[in-house]
Amino acid sequence: MSQEKPQFDISYVAHLARLELTEAERQQFSAQLQNVLAYVAKLNELDVSNVEPTAHAVPLTNVLRKDELRPSIERARILANAPEAARDLFITPKIVE
Amino acid sequence: MEYEAVIGLEVHVQLKTKSKLFCGCATGFGAEPNTLVCPVCLGYPGVLPVINEEAVRKTILAGLMLECEIARFSKWDRKNYFYPDMPKNYQISQYDLPLCRGGHVGKFGITRIHLEEDVAKSFHFAASSGVDFNRAGTPLMEIVSQPDLRSPEDAFEYLTTLKEILVSGGVSDCDMEKGQLRCDANVSVRPVGQQSFGEKVEIKNMNSISGVRRALAYEIQRQIAALKRGEKIVQETRRWDDEAGVTSVMRTKEYAHDYRYFPEPDLMPVTVSDAWLEEIRRSVPELPEAKRRRFVEQYGLPEYDAEVLVADAAVAAYYEEAAACSKNPKAISNWIMTELLGRFADNKMAPAQLAELVAAIDSGQISGKMAKEVFAEMFATGKSASVIIREKGLSQISDAAALEAWVEQAMAAHPQSVADFKAGNTAAINFLKGQVMKLSRGKANPQLVGEILARKLQKA
Amino acid sequence: MSLHTLPVWQLRQKLRQGEVSPREATQALLDRIAAVDGKVKGYLWLNADDALAQADAARNGGALAGVPIAIKDVINVEGQPCTCASKILQGYIAPYDATVIRKLREAGAILLGRTNMDEFAMGSSTEHSCWGITCNPWDLTRIPGGSSGGSAAVVAADEAFAALGSDTGGSIRQPAALCGCVGLKPTYGRVSRYGLVAFASSLDQIGPLTKDVRDAALLLGVIAGHDPLDSTSVPREVPDYLAGLERGIKGLRIGLPKEYFIPGMDKEVEAVVRAAIRHLESLGTEVVDISLPHTDYAVAVYYLVATAEASANLARFDGIRYGLRVRGEDVIDTYAKTRGAGFGPEVKRRIILGTYALSAGYYDAYYLRAQKVRTLIRQDFEKAFAVCDVIVTPTTPEVAFRVGEKTSDPLKMYLSDIFTISANLAGNCGVSVPCGFAQKLPVGLQILGKPFDEETVLRVAYAYEQTTAWHKERPVL
Repeated sequence: MSQEKPQFDISYVAHLARLELTEAERQQFSAQLQNVLAYVAKLNELDVSNVEPTAHAVPLTNVLRKDELRPSIERARILANAPEAARDLFITPKIVE
Repeated sequence: MEYEAVIGLEVHVQLKTKSKLFCGCATGFGAEPNTLVCPVCLGYPGVLPVINEEAVRKTILAGLMLECEIARFSKWDRKNYFYPDMPKNYQISQYDLPLCRGGHVGKFGITRIHLEEDVAKSFHFAASSGVDFNRAGTPLMEIVSQPDLRSPEDAFEYLTTLKEILVSGGVSDCDMEKGQLRCDANVSVRPVGQQSFGEKVEIKNMNSISGVRRALAYEIQRQIAALKRGEKIVQETRRWDDEAGVTSVMRTKEYAHDYRYFPEPDLMPVTVSDAWLEEIRRSVPELPEAKRRRFVEQYGLPEYDAEVLVADAAVAAYYEEAAACSKNPKAISNWIMTELLGRFADNKMAPAQLAELVAAIDSGQISGKMAKEVFAEMFATGKSASVIIREKGLSQISDAAALEAWVEQAMAAHPQSVADFKAGNTAAINFLKGQVMKLSRGKANPQLVGEILARKLQKA
Repeated sequence: MSLHTLPVWQLRQKLRQGEVSPREATQALLDRIAAVDGKVKGYLWLNADDALAQADAARNGGALAGVPIAIKDVINVEGQPCTCASKILQGYIAPYDATVIRKLREAGAILLGRTNMDEFAMGSSTEHSCWGITCNPWDLTRIPGGSSGGSAAVVAADEAFAALGSDTGGSIRQPAALCGCVGLKPTYGRVSRYGLVAFASSLDQIGPLTKDVRDAALLLGVIAGHDPLDSTSVPREVPDYLAGLERGIKGLRIGLPKEYFIPGMDKEVEAVVRAAIRHLESLGTEVVDISLPHTDYAVAVYYLVATAEASANLARFDGIRYGLRVRGEDVIDTYAKTRGAGFGPEVKRRIILGTYALSAGYYDAYYLRAQKVRTLIRQDFEKAFAVCDVIVTPTTPEVAFRVGEKTSDPLKMYLSDIFTISANLAGNCGVSVPCGFAQKLPVGLQILGKPFDEETVLRVAYAYEQTTAWHKERPVL
């Protein structure tokens, strides 16, 4: 990988993550994260061409459960946590497709 | 210039499991909103998914039925995007190592089948939207076709065949009205002979198999017309409006779809052993196409009959049981098709009993007309034909001497009819036949009566 | 008798013998909290009536019958808030118990209070809590460590008999070291994560913070075990951790990784730790020099893998189903405003970093590469454990720093995790035990073990502890 400074468009990434940032945050985070990215670039020093990524911390497979019912939760409890609920639904600002 | 269409279909099928893919909530359509939910399928803080074995099994079964290659090693990935119908704002799906690869639906190839969780359902009001999470977490199989389809009819065929196969395997009920089968299409057109594909357009919101056909027909024409006008086709997503009969551009989603796939750390991969694969393979049912062919060959039925009978697994099974103890499989088919379909669930008659009824008709023991009466009683009570015939004294009279006596009696009582017949009015025989039936209180074997009458009239 | 100064195992004896009632024990704690938590600020949430009601209902019999335990505010307890020290979870009331909570309840424990932490477990000082800081009981101008700073501080200040915390990059061990108590990170998969609000799914573990090693063994025995609700929990029997504690450590091989005694570390801390190692040698162990050659890359790997996983885990906080909602013009705007207002700066930084590491065009260079180097780090440990039974290191490169000292430079903060992070990446278990003081502040000795070998780690820790008196030291408040 080349050694050039990574192209870090913080506005784009913040949008991907649905985070609204103030202008001050944009500037501050951008500088701080550029530092971090410069630091993590040290990983490029290593030759990992023959190394498998660690996908899971434990080598298990086929962790499956039987197709059985478990009690659902009472609607009143979950709607109680909802910021806005009506007609037994979670209400959100209008979703336009 | 002639254009041809290139169509690929992406079908999502809800699996017929008791519980959801990652939690023990019930799957189901039409329940009160937000009653089939728990912290897991609601994406609450701190919850974790656990894979439903039956969902994996049914996906492999579908793969076997569609002749796919079943992956020996398969894994899960997070597909990241934000939307109110997404409880976690990532969907657990399969990216690079799906459960099934290759395969075909009839003569059309498929690329892959993978398993993922369904999203919630939104309702739209004037100034807001409401979300019902009952559907969230339902196991969903995504089947991606090769771009092998060339016409709306192909799509219709693809979907009906797919539905038929999946229903026969008990994988899904594929009821589009209940959202159990959903279809998106990718359509492009190109000049005939061109190898490369044209710009493709995604079509959504087709809510029935015939709706898919209609939408594709419209879209293909739209694209061809646009190209002929010299316009370029824009790669976009369009929404089908079945009422208006047009596709229109959907409000393009503001976010670019960078799904940032990465392996799901909360779930372990699935390895399919030889033993498991064999066990599932043994439960693959006879595919509908093969079954239809067998019905034609084994029972000598016309294709139409085979199609009707095979369409419902229970009916087909009933037929085969009855046909197994009958010398007249065609008659069995006729009875089922005309009298049993549509009220099959209420039928109390056993398959062997139907066979017995057919045998009684064929032997002349009862007339076709009487058989209808007997059938009705068998249907309602489950009593056998012989019992009913005996109880009601319905046996046809085929004794030649008795029949001859009635025929002579009728002829003697209606000389005018005899004369009419001799004068060339062949229909007069029917009147006389009717008289014989009356004399015999309907019990005379009409066929034999007809023969004897004909013979005697000849001589008269 | 200062009831609140007892470790759990001694309290349990008194409870069993009827010398003390659960109510008295709970009340003693509540009194202590009232007396000092104004200074320490370790607790976020306390319901005295509820705790006393639990005490009155407590029945004898379970391993922790009648013993109050404090819970880090990142673990779901039914009916209680679970803010993860974040505004975005304001108003959220947990409708279910985490599996570890269910196990604590089954053991008869009293759930007393919720402790402060860095927001969503992201931090090493507990300064990133939306509710305010927690102070190190040994010096109130200093941080207690993080992210389980509240849990460590309340245990050190005798405001709790024991506490649960979570450890993703050292968040149990590091605050334990800085506060002078015991902190254990179990092997990944040893303890269920169901109910733990996820930060980094492949690194997180729940573990105990306690006054001594015996208590850590006791608590681990209660919370450990396979959980069908957690697909990453390992179906492996839970040994009796208490039974093996006193077997002694003669002949055990102690690995000393050269990469963990770095030029930049505090000289006094280094001296204290080396003295502790000599002490271990005097107990009959054999010190083996080892190398963990990829140590220097651990922080970089961690801040790519953990943030990537976190960026997805925290996506669910969107103002739709629970927590804070800040209404925007439309749904997307609502997400952005809610998350912008609800998350603190450190959380936002990490989400952005993690999102970037996974984004199109950067996945291979960042996330994938980091996961590969993670494999190398894991292999380092595997090779090392072929020649030693446990690995011993300082827990932190320095003692507790002052409040505000590192908040302006995130990278500087990240580097203080250098000794603890590798164990999370490799999945190993580890414990920090007090081993002395530097500048009058606690120093921790870290003992790392093979996966699922908590028994040996605890045994070494116990042997060390019982032949020293560090665990008896208490801050003056």
